[in-house]
Amino acid sequence: MFAQQLVNGLVVGAVYALIALGYTLVYGILQLINFAHGEIYMIGAYVGIAVLAVLGTMGLTQTSLALSIVLVFLIPMIYCAAYGITLERVAYRPLRGAPRLSPLISAIGMSLFLQNYVQVVQGARDKAFPNLLELGSFQLFGAYVNGLQIFILILALGLMAALQLFIKKTKLGKAMRATAQDRTMASLVGVNVNRVIAVTFAIGSVLAAVAGVMVGMYYGIVNHHIGFVAGMKAFTAAVLGGIGNVTGAFLGGFLLALLESFWAGYVSAVYKDVFAFMVLVVVLIFRPQGILGGSGEADRT
Amino acid sequence: MSAYARVPLIGLWFAFLALPLAGWKRSLWIGLGCAAVVFVVSAARASVQSGSLAGPAARVKEKFVSAWGFIEEKSCDKRYFSLFLLLIIALPWTLDRYSTDVLVITGIYIMLALGLNVVVGFAGLLDLGYVAFYAVGAYSYALLNSWYGLSFWPALGVGVASSALFGIILGIPVLRLRGDYLAIVTLGFGEIIRLVLNNWDNVTQGPNGILGIGRPYLGDMRLYKPMHFYYLVVILCIVTIFIVNRLDRSRLGRAWAAMREDETVAECMGVNIVYTKLSAFAFGAAWAGFGGVVFAAKQTFISPESFTFFESVIILCMVVLGGMASIPGVMLGAFILTVLPEALRELTLFRPMLLGGAMVLMMVLRPQGLLQARGQRHHLERGDEPESGAGR
Repeated sequence: MFAQQLVNGLVVGAVYALIALGYTLVYGILQLINFAHGEIYMIGAYVGIAVLAVLGTMGLTQTSLALSIVLVFLIPMIYCAAYGITLERVAYRPLRGAPRLSPLISAIGMSLFLQNYVQVVQGARDKAFPNLLELGSFQLFGAYVNGLQIFILILALGLMAALQLFIKKTKLGKAMRATAQDRTMASLVGVNVNRVIAVTFAIGSVLAAVAGVMVGMYYGIVNHHIGFVAGMKAFTAAVLGGIGNVTGAFLGGFLLALLESFWAGYVSAVYKDVFAFMVLVVVLIFRPQGILGGSGEADRT
Repeated sequence: MSAYARVPLIGLWFAFLALPLAGWKRSLWIGLGCAAVVFVVSAARASVQSGSLAGPAARVKEKFVSAWGFIEEKSCDKRYFSLFLLLIIALPWTLDRYSTDVLVITGIYIMLALGLNVVVGFAGLLDLGYVAFYAVGAYSYALLNSWYGLSFWPALGVGVASSALFGIILGIPVLRLRGDYLAIVTLGFGEIIRLVLNNWDNVTQGPNGILGIGRPYLGDMRLYKPMHFYYLVVILCIVTIFIVNRLDRSRLGRAWAAMREDETVAECMGVNIVYTKLSAFAFGAAWAGFGGVVFAAKQTFISPESFTFFESVIILCMVVLGGMASIPGVMLGAFILTVLPEALRELTLFRPMLLGGAMVLMMVLRPQGLLQARGQRHHLERGDEPESGAGR
């Protein structure tokens, strides 16, 4: 039981962590909660289905599995990056410098819009995510583990490492850190702030797209309101780790998912979502800076 | 001309975005639609700026402003006011039951929106779980009535008190939080209340809801027709408007406004932030409870389905659309958003999508809402508040 909940928690944690990174990156730079981020994740899953459908009719899923796996991640990533950039351009950029409430309300409006846009064009029913990877499962300390779960974990860890490298080593990453510390100052020393913000949204959305496709593969089913709850949980994870802090968001995602998984296993499955919200409230009251501290300059994006 | 060169590009871009989800045919239409909208907007902007439309646009605006000023001035005049009141009283006699029912719902939403306006508009605290207090009010009447047979009028008091209590309970832990955290916590709180109502079967009967809630009595008269509720709601609305209006101009109302504009400065000027924030929460919640009790009595049936996050967003949208902190604006917003969906029944599927789009557009193009609040006219112009709190 323990081992099984641990495995389940880790897999869900990978998903939360990837979405939480998007919240934390955007918050680090704009001090804005991107409410619509959960919807980007949901759109990623839907684009994944569309890609699989096209690949299926082309017969590529049979002939070249490796290529189709790459495409099933890559195309939603590109699309979600485009959605993220457009979102920022349409709903947030015109409101920079407006009173604080305005971008928040705009974000909620955008979330509502995207969620229901998908409902209108794709229908309200659950959509099946075709099974692509047939991987065997094995037993480990009494828990059933399948290849897909390992694949998800490795992919999430790899992306996290890549993101860290990007932020620490590249010029653009440096520009991101500079913008997060002081936007005006960064623009004075020649950082193209608008471009950095667009890139930040693109990166967050790419990670959300991967999470969306992962969830589609893992549960085999997708609907238009998965973005809302996942977005809330990922935000909780970001706060738990210290919002604005990249490593924190990643750890927070796993921590929240594990807590939730054990709660569901040992206490009450019905109140699982309530538990996540309680965690959020408790963290915000007692340690609003999160476990790693959000405003620590060293690790701030 | 570069403004027009981007029009087809924008159209192509949105068609591209829509492609994997909407299919190529609909994507084409979406792209064309976006291009058309951008074209019209940039053409209008260009002609206003270059002067060919500047004159007429300014004149239209001036006319509108003066017309609104006229209405505002005359509405204070006792004769026009009593005429208006007479119209409100006579209205249900000219309408069928169904339309009256819609007006009753509108009235309840006006109460709710005015209550949320206290929190969001006056005090500047974004509350996304407002519907939770509405649920608390509705369920406290429903439960007390079905268990102990408590009648409507005392329940109104109990509902208001318990909602206000919940407002304070929620308010205390989130006192120290900044605006955006507050939004998330209230959202979480709203979901917690809904999930508890949905799962606590032996008390709330879960998703089945509570049936057969008692109707209110006035003396010996049982209020059950839409018309009865219409008058009840009109009276309660007038009470609400009166109190909210007085609050806005009271010492507390000024403290709210000060806190909304800048919390730190307000505190330095001697505003007690703890008391001010909690009272905003308590007042807002109390009005939601008020509306909840009336709603439960009118429907005689409530279930958690009536208290979803979407409901909170609709009420928020009423406040935002009408104009934050403006009482007539918020009433107009509530009226538009309840009557319009009834008139456009074919568009039900698109309603949440349009609402979301409207919220974004409103924030981008006219953040002060349809009717701007009094006293905000000479400031809060865009860009007037450079980087407000953004770097903090």
